[in-house]
Amino acid sequence: MAYELDGQTIEHDEEGYLTDLTQWSEGMADILAKDEGIEMTDEHWEVVNFLREYYDEYQIAPAIRVLVKALKKTMGKEKGSNKYLYTLFPYGPAKQACKIAGLPKPTGCI
Amino acid sequence: MSEDMEEGGTVKKFMYMNRKAPYGTIYALEALEVVLIGAAFDQDVSLAFIDDGVFQLTKDQNTDDIGIKNFSPAFRALGDYDVTKLYVEKESLAERGLTQDDLMDLVWEDEDDDWAEKPSIIMVSRDEMKKVLGDQDVIMSF
Amino acid sequence: MSILHTVNKSPFQKNDFSSCLSHANAGDAVLLIEDGVYGAVSGTEAAKQISSAEASVYVLGGDLAARGIASDKIADGITVVGYDGFVDLAAEHQAVNSWL
Repeated sequence: MAYELDGQTIEHDEEGYLTDLTQWSEGMADILAKDEGIEMTDEHWEVVNFLREYYDEYQIAPAIRVLVKALKKTMGKEKGSNKYLYTLFPYGPAKQACKIAGLPKPTGCI
Repeated sequence: MSEDMEEGGTVKKFMYMNRKAPYGTIYALEALEVVLIGAAFDQDVSLAFIDDGVFQLTKDQNTDDIGIKNFSPAFRALGDYDVTKLYVEKESLAERGLTQDDLMDLVWEDEDDDWAEKPSIIMVSRDEMKKVLGDQDVIMSF
Repeated sequence: MSILHTVNKSPFQKNDFSSCLSHANAGDAVLLIEDGVYGAVSGTEAAKQISSAEASVYVLGGDLAARGIASDKIADGITVVGYDGFVDLAAEHQAVNSWL
């Protein structure tokens, strides 16, 4: 199972998560977002970039409540809420945003 | 994971006991994953590091050459998961030629105290560890 | 609050039994199962530790028999139990800690 981007083959697992996160690029994110039915805006990118930085620092994709708490701290109460994140990523922020960010599925996310 | 699972349940004291070094077997990584998953259930969670388990917390781990993911940075994320009590046994460290200076500096941020950083590592003697273990409702050993 | 500890590794290969004994409180029970039963044989270094332990020590009879260890070889202070005894111990204590 693989995505095609600029003539390159990029492997993914049975749920669409990238197998090798070093193969991620912004172009790849656009493809992943399209598959999720999401049009990427600056607000989407803010969350996706946040997740990538979190993963880079801690080597794990955060659970949703951890993401909410961290966003609340860095971006304020309005953006650090379940409601805001579900508006951006209706089928589960952790799941969809992590996939678009090229990260594995968050640990403990079913 | 939904936020409403805490309703109606009683909070139990959960202890994850770690006694294995990080990369020789899969136990340490599996334990950490269970802790991260279990954190969603809003229980009173703590971790114990005994015997070779203390090796999990050493700083400057670099797994580039062994083809295994370095998961030690994830311990620094435990505070975000409200896991803020990591009991480390002094005798186990000393027997292995280690001191607390050889361990990562693990802290958690207290949201109710303007995100003040507080230490997560609690150094205890073997006798104190025994008492901590005796005070748990559930112990999971790895 | 008391705990039933189970140990299933040979004390000659791993330090589980020794570590368990030094972390068990008075009122706790330590049950040796599988290869852990080799620690119950009298005269071994492992069995010597039992005299200074605070917890009561038990050993599973089926695992002893399987390994050809006769009951007269068991160190003093260790109680042999069957599977029913195992169940009773689990029920009598607040929590079970399986040392791995």
